[in-house]
Amino acid sequence: MNQDKRIRVLVAKPGLDGHDRGAKVIARALRDSGMEVIYTGIRQTPEQIVDAALQEDVDTILLSILSGAHGFLFPRIMELLKEKGLGDILVLGGGIIPEDDVPELKKLGVSEIFGPGMSSQTLINYIRENLSQG
Amino acid sequence: MELVDEVRKGSVRALAKLITLVENEMPGGIEAMEKIYPLTGNAYIIGITGPPGAGKSTLTDRITKELRRQNHTVGIIAIDPTSPFTGGALLGDRVRMQGVSSDEDVFIRSMATRGSLGGLSRATSDTVKLLDAYGKDYIIIETVGVGQDEVDIVRTADVSILAVMPGGGDDIQAIKAGIMEIGDIFVVNKADRDGADRLVTEIKMMLGLSSTEREWTPPVIKTIATEDQGIDTLVEKIKEHREFLVKSGMLACRRKERIRCEIIKMIEHEIYRYLDSLIGENKDFFEQRLEDIVNKKEDPYLLAKKTVETIAKRISKNANV
Repeated sequence: MNQDKRIRVLVAKPGLDGHDRGAKVIARALRDSGMEVIYTGIRQTPEQIVDAALQEDVDTILLSILSGAHGFLFPRIMELLKEKGLGDILVLGGGIIPEDDVPELKKLGVSEIFGPGMSSQTLINYIRENLSQG
Repeated sequence: MELVDEVRKGSVRALAKLITLVENEMPGGIEAMEKIYPLTGNAYIIGITGPPGAGKSTLTDRITKELRRQNHTVGIIAIDPTSPFTGGALLGDRVRMQGVSSDEDVFIRSMATRGSLGGLSRATSDTVKLLDAYGKDYIIIETVGVGQDEVDIVRTADVSILAVMPGGGDDIQAIKAGIMEIGDIFVVNKADRDGADRLVTEIKMMLGLSSTEREWTPPVIKTIATEDQGIDTLVEKIKEHREFLVKSGMLACRRKERIRCEIIKMIEHEIYRYLDSLIGENKDFFEQRLEDIVNKKEDPYLLAKKTVETIAKRISKNANV
């Protein structure tokens, strides 16, 4: 009966690497924490991801990138989100992203980058805290 | 209601927001639907149901492609189950809909069942109305993977397509009551697998055994959705069936029945909300009654009757305000 606003998360893998094991583990952990996770699969274009976020009205987008193309994919996705009026969505990154690149990504509006070794609970807590403030 | 006006002007963002509003039963949802209702009735609603793994998402993707080829706009509602333990859900139908996900005349919304048992979610019919009012020509509802008894789709869609695949069970499964009775069109997907022809024969026999006179004999179509085989025939049959429904007057009948069911559900839901809050406010009282009932000091029928009376009082009190 409880129809409180459920947290809706889009888990997406932009770009060309096809390794989605990590994304699936995260999707499963978020599901088990009571969130509704929309999983879109591998090899998504920035346009596809932003369209999915728009139609699904998600609160958070989680981008998993292992290919090293984060320097291209994140800016494009952030730009498209702003274009479509979705600037208020919490955008998070994960995968293999060198620490040196993180400040640049945060400047674009990516809220946080979660690298290997991070516990799912840390991510879940982060999402809950940051959404309740918003 | 700003969002309703924006939906009428074609805002995808407003459409998505309104669906969330209605799905979460947030303030303003019902008022928005009151404005939306008069704008509905133009879209044609296709329901796709069947057991898990039959290929419902891929069929949805391919049917959408074919409808787009014919210049129709399409809205898709894809439903996946909510975990009964955590309330969370993994909505993965978009994975199979890559072919149409970047087409701006296609709107896809994934929904979780959130405790509904009939194969749809409670907000499905309102979401259909929103997509209809938005101006989509066709709306495709993909149910959760169903077993034998999840037949809500017939009360929501204009045409119900039952997708099955070879290897799903012996022929007695086909004559059981429930799911096999609801197909207006049957699809044997993955038809390149062994046993496809036998399954087609079995379904046809099952349909032939039916003792009621039918004006429409459900066709059985073989498809291989991943290879686009049989999809054009399927879409043709959908249109043929639509024509049949319109000419026979059955479309109007079905839609009227649908609204009848919806009204009853709305009333049930409203009453249930009273019950829910009543129980929530009086947890200790109900626990104590339960204890007494278990120990045969009281009987459950009296408690049920008294509770209904209390709800009725609350309702009439609210109505007077």
